[in-house]
Amino acid sequence: MIEVKDLKVHFPIRKGFFRRVVGHVKAVDGINLNIEAGKTYGLVGESGSGKTTTGRSIIGLDHVTSGEILFEGQKLDLRKKASRDVQMIFQNPFSSLNPKRQVLDIVAEPLRNFEQLTPAQELERVQELMSIVGLSPESIYKYPHEFSGGQRQRIGIARAIALKPKLIIADEPVSALDVSVQAQVLNFMKEIQKELGLTYLFISHDLSVVRYMCDHIGIMYKGRFVESGTADDIFENPQHIYTKRLLGAIPSTDPRKRDELMANRRKVNAEFEALSKQYFDETGLAYPLKKISSTHAVAMLGEVK
Amino acid sequence: MADVLLELKNLKTSFRVKDDYFAAVDDVTLTVNKREVLAVVGESGCGKSALAYSIMKLHTRAQVEGKIEFKGEDIVTATPGRLTQLRGKEMGMIFQDSLSALNPLIKIGDQIAEAIYLHDQKISKSALKARVMELLTQVGIHRAESVYIQYPHQLSGGMRQRVVIAMAIANSPDLLIADEPTTALDVTIQAQILDLIRKLRDDLDAGVILITHDLGVVAEMADRVAVMYAGQIVEIGTVYDVMENPRHPYTRSLLHSMPSAIASKDEKLHVIEGVVPSLPLIPRVGCRFKDRMDWIPESAHEAHPTLKEITPGHFVRCSCYQHFHFPEEGVNA
Repeated sequence: MIEVKDLKVHFPIRKGFFRRVVGHVKAVDGINLNIEAGKTYGLVGESGSGKTTTGRSIIGLDHVTSGEILFEGQKLDLRKKASRDVQMIFQNPFSSLNPKRQVLDIVAEPLRNFEQLTPAQELERVQELMSIVGLSPESIYKYPHEFSGGQRQRIGIARAIALKPKLIIADEPVSALDVSVQAQVLNFMKEIQKELGLTYLFISHDLSVVRYMCDHIGIMYKGRFVESGTADDIFENPQHIYTKRLLGAIPSTDPRKRDELMANRRKVNAEFEALSKQYFDETGLAYPLKKISSTHAVAMLGEVK
Repeated sequence: MADVLLELKNLKTSFRVKDDYFAAVDDVTLTVNKREVLAVVGESGCGKSALAYSIMKLHTRAQVEGKIEFKGEDIVTATPGRLTQLRGKEMGMIFQDSLSALNPLIKIGDQIAEAIYLHDQKISKSALKARVMELLTQVGIHRAESVYIQYPHQLSGGMRQRVVIAMAIANSPDLLIADEPTTALDVTIQAQILDLIRKLRDDLDAGVILITHDLGVVAEMADRVAVMYAGQIVEIGTVYDVMENPRHPYTRSLLHSMPSAIASKDEKLHVIEGVVPSLPLIPRVGCRFKDRMDWIPESAHEAHPTLKEITPGHFVRCSCYQHFHFPEEGVNA
């Protein structure tokens, strides 16, 4: 469905009076990924690992330095109408909706950009969208501040699905929400995925959420992949030390596992220090990915145990 | 019981909305002992932060009623001068958002130095600098010398949070209040910061109030847990009581809605219907969580729910916990 080939996004660093380019920040440094239609691909990493930039460059919000993004076999041209097939859900439902506009205008904006509808048709479509996301049709005349966080995120979702896209890039869609609201949004995203046959690129740093949502996962570190594979590959059989460290850092809800977790964390951290040569090159970046099974790939030197 | 550090009794903090006062913290009674981590959990809007701010009396316009006793001293009636002495000296606070908790125009070293100088104006310049260096190293910043002369925006989120912690512990407080200290951080950094708070508790012999909405953090850190809903404590007990044998419907629902609570991907996550009522809309009589579990018959609730001890040290509010079941479970006989 979507294929990303050797994607690089470098931002120039400018200095001095003439703002000359003195170097580059390699936010995304040569990544490859494939997403199958109807599946969810999880992009995981810490802040600064380049996961958001990857998502943004796929939808065309960041300039791609080199590499190719193929959408259904075609090169994605974002100035053309192809862009209506790719939509985005943003992280913060409090800042991604214009506070001065009614929900009707917010949700109808993509429709106004791409489809010539009469006001009556538009109203009908927006009301239909509101019922899909579980909000009352009257709420279209309200403003964003009149909604709770979960409801606002649903408005963001309504806007994203307005044009019946094929791919939705969800950038940390639940990290600003409480667990109970998070459950609501995640359930709902799964539901509409089935109903509308959507494909998700799910960007998150929360591994328990990723485990619940995703079929395939890529772990990013400093702009490169360190490991990729199915959810089971990553969670049941992690190979890269960085993946192990991330998994080890997840707190458990079982208070009796406390000491065990801490001991494991110390062990992994010691391993991280000791074996870093095996996993990272001299500049501290990950090696190229190496396949270890048909689905699982790891960036490391030497043989995989 | 071990040494009691802080005792709250029927604490009520009200804010004025239009012409009326509404209690954001209502009838909170709890104690914090030395060397103990008490976690306060709940969704946003449940009054967790309002509780923390009340203990330090940081609300300027709130009406505070009830008793706050810190090391035997009454905080509610303390003079502003005395409060200034206590804050930062004997009670330290770690704020959630490190970027807004630090002054962007002042160097890190000078900000920490100020926290010390305010409580000890006779300290020499060299001793002050040495102390700041020591604090920076204590919170795990290795290049203390260079961080000293940097500004907040030059540091990463995890580093800034360490600086905020360094300021909170600058005068070795007896009570540390941490308001969502790791919410803005990555998991690996979170693990480091939690480790640090644990270590500081041991080093300083301090009591810690840890405010969080992350139940994983609670399970890892807390000795005791208080669950808050709509301004009230609905359940309080040891971490084992609350996490392994949760009784109140709210606690059970929260635990149940976590992605880790379900076995397979095809299952749906549990959703707590409705929202936390905003301050003026909190029901003042009856069970406050009632509206979010409407499948439970009215008769299950008490008219005036109070905290009742069900096993030693484990308190639950309202009798509805005896009748609670999740909607998908059906009624257990």
